[in-house]
This record gives sequence, C-alpha cells and structure tokens, in this order.
Amino acid sequence: MMISKTDDALGFHLNALNLRGHRHQILASNVVNADTPNYKAKDFDFQKALQNVVSGNTSHSGLAVTSSRHIQSPDTGAVAGAKMMYRIPNQPSIDGNTVDMDSERARFLDNSIHYEANIAFINNHLKNVMAALQGA
Amino acid sequence: MSLFNVFNIASSAMTAQSQRLNVVASNLSNAESATSSTGQPYRSRQVVFSTLHSAATGVGSGVKVSKVIEDPAPMRQIYEPKHPLANPEGYVTMPNVNVVDEMVNMMSASRSYQNSVDMMNTTKTLLLKTLTLGQ
Repeated sequence: MMISKTDDALGFHLNALNLRGHRHQILASNVVNADTPNYKAKDFDFQKALQNVVSGNTSHSGLAVTSSRHIQSPDTGAVAGAKMMYRIPNQPSIDGNTVDMDSERARFLDNSIHYEANIAFINNHLKNVMAALQGA
Repeated sequence: MSLFNVFNIASSAMTAQSQRLNVVASNLSNAESATSSTGQPYRSRQVVFSTLHSAATGVGSGVKVSKVIEDPAPMRQIYEPKHPLANPEGYVTMPNVNVVDEMVNMMSASRSYQNSVDMMNTTKTLLLKTLTLGQ
C-alpha cells in the first residue's frame, strides 16, 4: 500500500529538509560575518549528517571516554553526529577572517536549490497519493 | 522553524552595516572640520564588528558593532598661515579622515547590506514554498 509507505517516503525528505534548514542558518552566519575580524567560516559535512540520520546513528562523535569519571568532550555544535568544521581558507586575510564571500554565496544558493528540490519531491509524492485516492 | 532564525541573522547584519554606513557618513562630512564643540579637530571613527551569539540567531551567529573607535592615525597638517586656527608655524591640524578609505568602506558596507537583503529574500521564498506543501 502506498499510504503505509508515505511515512517512510516523506520521512527521508523531512530529515533532509531539516538538515538543509540547519545548514541554511550556518551559511547565513558565514555570509553576514564576512567583515568580522577573526571570524572563522563554519560548515558541516551534509552527506555524513544525512547518512547518520538515515541510519539512525546521530550520536556525537567526540573524544572517546574509557571511564565514567572522564570529562565528556562538549558537543560543539555537531549536526546529527556530523562535526561542525572550519573551512580551509584559500586566501587568508590579515584580520584572521576566513569567509570567502563568493564560495559562501555559491553554497548558499546550492543549499536553497536543494531545499526547493526537497519540497518538490514531497509535493510530487503527495500529488501521487492524492491521485491514487481519487482515482483520477 | 529553523529558517526563521535566518531573518534574525540577516537583520543583525543589516543593523551593523547601516551603523557602519552612518559612521562613514559622519567621517566624510567632517573630513574638513578643523574644530568641533570640544575645540579639537575631528578624529575619524571606525566601527568594530564582532560575532553575536544569541537565542534569536539559533545555531548560526549574527554580527554586531561591539565598539566605535577613534582612528589613532596621526592628524593631517596643512600649511595655511592665514587660517585662524593656524599655529605659530603656520600649520593647521586637520582631521585624519582618509576620503578614499571611507569611499571604499562605504561600497563594502552597501554590498554587505545587499547580501543580507538577498539572503532574506531567498529565505522568504523558501519559507513560502514550504507553506504551500501539499497544495
């Protein structure tokens, strides 16, 4: 039955949409901080985050602890188990800022298009379900 | 909805950039002010940006003007013996405003502002598309 599968099929897109929304915020911070001294551009591995969500393994992969008395490493903004990482600048600037406006804007646009694509997939799926229901 | 935070991030940038533009306007209009209400020649002002983390910006971070500093660069000395503010050697102390620097600063601020507006528009489109899900 198609409807019983609706949850499964939409679940993936829902997760992807959530992650895209999350990344949208991070890329927006990179763009607005393009003039902030010592700001380091951040991002996470989207592919890894989505794989983690799909496989249900979203635990944060910090330092391994072998005793309960060890200090837990703090979760420094990991997204679905994918670590938040600093971008490697290809043109370092003298004020310590590592935002490359061109590539950040490109990533921002790329992320937006993927977000829209996700929405298109969900819409199509819902349309198919409606068509099946109405028999049109 | 995490996307709403982008509005807060972008608006923080717009506020900061407009403040920077304000300072540029002040510097440019006072580029020739050899004296002021304090009796001292005008000193160029510069904004200092810093990253803003708050609940409103969510996982991202905005930007704020953390302080406005007075440019420590040496003042400009021009030789004009007939000027009422000239010292005994005939030099007048003029503001340390570098007009070229300020124009570049202005262009950079307006580009950054445009970027923020652009980001807001993109986010708005995405949110509106999300609202029409299933229609």
